Amino acid sequence: MKVIKIDKKEWTGGIDKSREKYLLFGPVKDKDVTNKEHYIFKKLAAGEFPVMEGVDTVLSPKSVIFPQTEKILKSSLDQSQPDHHIMKRVENDYSSRAVIGIRSFDAKALTLVNLNFDTKDYQDPYWCDAYKATTFVGLAVNKPSDVDFSTSMGSGPFGEEGLDVLLVDNGEEFLAKVITDKGKTFLDAAGFNKTADESAVKKIEDLKAQAEKTIADKAKVGTDNLKNKTVLDLYEAPFWDDIAFSCINCGTCTFVCPTCWCFDIQDETKGKSCTRFKNWDSCMFPLFTLHGSGHNPRGVKTQRVRQRFMHKLKYFLDKYDKGTMCVGCGRCVQSCPVNIDIREVCNIMNNYEPKK
Amino acid sequence: MVNPYMPYPVRIDEIEIATEDKSLKTFKFVFLNKEDEEKFAHKAGQFAELSIPGQGEIPIGIASSPTEKGFVKFTVFKTGVVTSYLHNMKVGDIMGIRGPLGNWYPWDLLEGKNVVIIGGGFAFTTLRASIVYMLDPANRSKFGKIDVVYGARSPGMLLYRDELYEWEKRDDINMHITVDSTTDPSWKYNVGFVPTIVGQKAPKADPNTFAIVCGPPIMIKFTQPALESLGYGQNQIIMSLENRMKCGIGMCGRCNIGKELVCKDGPVFTLEELNKTPREY
Repeated sequence: MKVIKIDKKEWTGGIDKSREKYLLFGPVKDKDVTNKEHYIFKKLAAGEFPVMEGVDTVLSPKSVIFPQTEKILKSSLDQSQPDHHIMKRVENDYSSRAVIGIRSFDAKALTLVNLNFDTKDYQDPYWCDAYKATTFVGLAVNKPSDVDFSTSMGSGPFGEEGLDVLLVDNGEEFLAKVITDKGKTFLDAAGFNKTADESAVKKIEDLKAQAEKTIADKAKVGTDNLKNKTVLDLYEAPFWDDIAFSCINCGTCTFVCPTCWCFDIQDETKGKSCTRFKNWDSCMFPLFTLHGSGHNPRGVKTQRVRQRFMHKLKYFLDKYDKGTMCVGCGRCVQSCPVNIDIREVCNIMNNYEPKK
Repeated sequence: MVNPYMPYPVRIDEIEIATEDKSLKTFKFVFLNKEDEEKFAHKAGQFAELSIPGQGEIPIGIASSPTEKGFVKFTVFKTGVVTSYLHNMKVGDIMGIRGPLGNWYPWDLLEGKNVVIIGGGFAFTTLRASIVYMLDPANRSKFGKIDVVYGARSPGMLLYRDELYEWEKRDDINMHITVDSTTDPSWKYNVGFVPTIVGQKAPKADPNTFAIVCGPPIMIKFTQPALESLGYGQNQIIMSLENRMKCGIGMCGRCNIGKELVCKDGPVFTLEELNKTPREY
């Protein structure tokens, strides 16, 4: 595999050059509603550069492909128009874009979400167009955070799945592992073309081993038994009330999660025109499943908490046979206001033996 | 790429009040573009999203049979934002339909078999489509005996009453119409809840007989033991489910029962399949 060497002094120049052909997205500093500083992924304005110091973002970069709110259809409600009440697709910009500094687990997460939106029977054109237009330039995680358990979830600090390029921070330079042709095209557009010498591969392997060890030294999360358990054994297990006890159904876990894809469809009207939207939704909310009759199949908190963990750790695994629908980013662990920890829940599920 | 969120434009061609309390209306839609009607080709048991620009969408079972050409028909209960708006719409109004969605009753499997249709209340729409489909002269010989148990609260709450009474007169379909109660002295049919009438009138099970059940949760709950005591196996009981839906194409995530999505893997499941799921419906 080819490795390109990028001197950090040439970084901003190259990024600027790539803007001629790409819209850029990346992590930048922002302030939340309480004026606290944090990092988010967003479209980079001219002169704005992605933060490449390996910062944690509260929200995952899934919104680059799957916006929290997205216009999908529109129509006129004006009876005098010939095409009134006939929906048309809202034209969005799907020109080439690159996400710079995305982490391996977040890129892997997008490959899992892709399984939901790009299927044999139906393709969500908004997701598919955006996903295909995007080049993912990852940044390897040299110093994994305390909540990072990505190695247990089929990803890892240097994982390559879903990435086109993997950048590795090596002091004065980035070592760029070229994973796909798409990645090469981006590096060419940025003018990054100095092939690194043989030692680069070894260097990357060393940094990778070091980062993986940092995660391995912490508690291990087991997933190996999940597959062999039956859905009903896990569903009917006695531990769900305990797990859900402190949950306040705020939905934070689902919004920060890089693999949560559930959405709502809503119409809005303004004057004589209307727009149909796709908005992020959450299985933590009772309204998510409320029937018109008032009946609710997941009307009780425990049922909703169970749905979230069962979906991620069992239903998805059974349906696709591509591992869990969790990449171990640790965001929900970090953001949960009542300290519900998916690592613990996963171990409980993995170790559960039903009474015969 | 086909946009699965894009509805076909349709015109409301006919509106009929379906029940005496006016809570249900039957809408007949005609496609604005003839070619859309061909693209919409459906099988009895499927549903579609009725799509009203500016209001939203609702998943509704298709009440017309694939053998009825030139229109599609839906019977809609007035209950939320979209259905209330729809009930106030007029003939000639333009809206959209997205579909057909979901799977259908297993017509290949049912060929050559006896079919028992069991329905309650306003969950009779896709069952009506199925009956019309089976009774079509081109199809009737493909099926064995057809029994129908259909009940509602009162005679005026039965859907498609004219058709029911016509079917009563035929000798190639055994109708068992019932109402929970009635004060009408001229009522000639059954009185009693659907599960009770199933126990009394439905044919006993044999390997060539399949039951299709569609109704409110409470009816399904009590019909299941009635069928089991008649000897029906879990793979001979075919049910159609409902859950809250938005996309109808298996993506938005809310209608799942375990790993199965009611909108895409269903709405039709055998009891055998359902028993392997958490049954969150």
